[in-house]
Amino acid sequence: MTIEAVAVSKPSAGIVNVKTLKIAEAFAIPILALIASGVIFSIFLFVLGKSPVQFFSLIWKGGFGSGFSIQQSLQRSAPLILTGLAFAVPAQIGLTIIGAEGALVLGGFAAAAIAIPLVTVAIPPFLTLPLMALAAIIAGGFWIGLTGWLKHYRGVNETIASLLLSYIAIAIMNFFVEGALRDPASANKPSTMPIGDSYMIGTMPGTNVQWGFAAGIALAILLQILMTRTTFGFAARMTGGNARAAQAQGLPVGFLVVACCAIAGACAGLAGFFEVAAIHGQANASLVAGYGFTGILVAFLARQNPVAVIPVAILFGAIDAAGGLIQRRMGMPDATVLVLQGIIFVVLLTSDTLYGRFAIFQPKATGDRT
Amino acid sequence: MPINPMSRRSLLKAGVAGFAASALPFRLARAETPVIIGAVYVGPKDDFGWNQAHAVSMEVLKKLPNVTVVEEENVPETDAVSQSMESMINLDGANLILATSFGYYKPFVVDLAKKYPNVEFRHAAPLWNKDTDPKNAGSYFPYLNQAHYVDGVAAGMSSSGKIGFVAAKPIPSVLSNINSVLLGARSVNPDATVQVIFTGEWSLPVREAEATNALVDAGVEVITCHVDSPKVVIETAEGRGVKTCGHNASQAPLAPKGFITGAEYKWETIYKSYADNIAAGEPLPNFIVGGYDTDMLRNTPYGAGATPEAVKAADEAIAALQGGMPIYKGMLKDNQGNVVVDKEYDNYDPYLDGMNWLLEGVQGSIT
Repeated sequence: MTIEAVAVSKPSAGIVNVKTLKIAEAFAIPILALIASGVIFSIFLFVLGKSPVQFFSLIWKGGFGSGFSIQQSLQRSAPLILTGLAFAVPAQIGLTIIGAEGALVLGGFAAAAIAIPLVTVAIPPFLTLPLMALAAIIAGGFWIGLTGWLKHYRGVNETIASLLLSYIAIAIMNFFVEGALRDPASANKPSTMPIGDSYMIGTMPGTNVQWGFAAGIALAILLQILMTRTTFGFAARMTGGNARAAQAQGLPVGFLVVACCAIAGACAGLAGFFEVAAIHGQANASLVAGYGFTGILVAFLARQNPVAVIPVAILFGAIDAAGGLIQRRMGMPDATVLVLQGIIFVVLLTSDTLYGRFAIFQPKATGDRT
Repeated sequence: MPINPMSRRSLLKAGVAGFAASALPFRLARAETPVIIGAVYVGPKDDFGWNQAHAVSMEVLKKLPNVTVVEEENVPETDAVSQSMESMINLDGANLILATSFGYYKPFVVDLAKKYPNVEFRHAAPLWNKDTDPKNAGSYFPYLNQAHYVDGVAAGMSSSGKIGFVAAKPIPSVLSNINSVLLGARSVNPDATVQVIFTGEWSLPVREAEATNALVDAGVEVITCHVDSPKVVIETAEGRGVKTCGHNASQAPLAPKGFITGAEYKWETIYKSYADNIAAGEPLPNFIVGGYDTDMLRNTPYGAGATPEAVKAADEAIAALQGGMPIYKGMLKDNQGNVVVDKEYDNYDPYLDGMNWLLEGVQGSIT
């Protein structure tokens, strides 16, 4: 029996084979791209007269080299997972939403604002924290949902709208934080009233890692299931493929667009909640830390795949964590790791064109094609 | 916050290190504890402003024997700073952390100080509270308004007294700088005025340029500022042909024609004293404030914009401030007509820390 004959006689085995090859390809190409970025960056280091070996060993040491380093990487990745999801989910329906920063800020602000009356009347933390999270989710969801609504019902470009709405969100937070909701004790750095230590959510037991990390992982898995295993996800991806065709099929395109945007905003808003409840204890200008924008990069590298956002976010967390060590040990400027991130980004995007071009990842021709 | 195995281990490590260090003097007569300083900056080290002022002082410290300095720039006021500081402690063995940005203090410095009781933490803003905050944390903060007063004197003598001020946010330390420029200028020219524009943020280069242009259009002859990085303001003003006074660090190279002088911190005075304390095994002071009288400020060497009379008057003002001359002495009204200073206040009087007014003679509003 020839190989072709096996493939023809056992179609199920052939499909499995194709699937495995696809998965192998999806792993091999990004890894190749990462290695290529490392080589390109090494040339950059050589030109500067620095040692690539030292650089990458410091990345390892600062990012993964010890329990301490690993926890730092995970901690830094926590907000990036959530903001990465905020880009990845609307991307499935064909929207480029880059306004997670605004939803994060507004979510964090909503959480801190609703906490003020709750903490004042001493509602216990186990009730207060979920309410804060809910407020953050609603605020963030509304904000990006608004972008989706503008896109579908008013034809406003969602990329521009979400970016500009971000700045409005930041301005709204500043307006309240510097005005009506300002804690009078925060003289030189306007902030809302602190929620207090007993209301802080703390870290995951046995680690220094905040709970936002666990929430991010859970959400990534949930959203992966939602987008690939449910009718909602199928309809959304179909809309992403061809919105007109989806509409002609009778799919509720407007609802799907707004829902995906609202989910994205909810993820970013939740990141804001964790920034307030696990890190700052209050809302202030520190919420505007650029996590929303780094999330775009993360989602791009994860190829808009919710679960893949997790490892990419951890990689970015590790590079961030190691960045400090590189500044300290090699005397290189902070921008060094930005250059590395930029090279990785460009190389990985370029590597997208490689899919389907390596013969070893292609299913063997089955002979019955003519 | 629960103490976890990680931090217990690092605590142990720190404890062992501390024990080893304390045992050292027995083996080596007069051995000094090595000083490892971890400094964190919120912006780039060459920003011509706040961060550069610290980094310049660190260069002085690096030259001292027995002192090692590790630095990180562009560390945001988020959890990232907590991680950077902890990494300096765990991976570099830092025993003195200098957190140089306002927003680093709460909760980050306070929490880490509790977690690492053998490491000293000092923060560059007057926030340490002796009742609630850990004893291994502390604050240091020079009153830069004294150097701005000198700016005012020099600016008042080098022009007809129309001064423009580009300010970030209307918070007490900024307001005090504005008012001090006015008082300095009025000490040599009773008709001097200061016109102020608030940009609303610490770093908004475009709006800072717009504000500078607007002030020049309004006819001011000298521009000074209080923003994180005065680079844009000084360069824009120089380009428009008006004179400038600097802020935070030396901006003299940016304005070869019109630079008069600038208000600068002299952080190395404080940093050297910390290093000496640690080397000698002495406790560090928890709270340091100071000014010209304690050698914690300086004015940038006079530039081409300063007239000889201005140099003389400014030098006299510096000498007076070194002797403790008070800046705020009554009666002074704010620009709404209310009496806000009814007597002579010491330069470090707590009343002035709560400043929420602009003096009569300042054109601008804090709301």
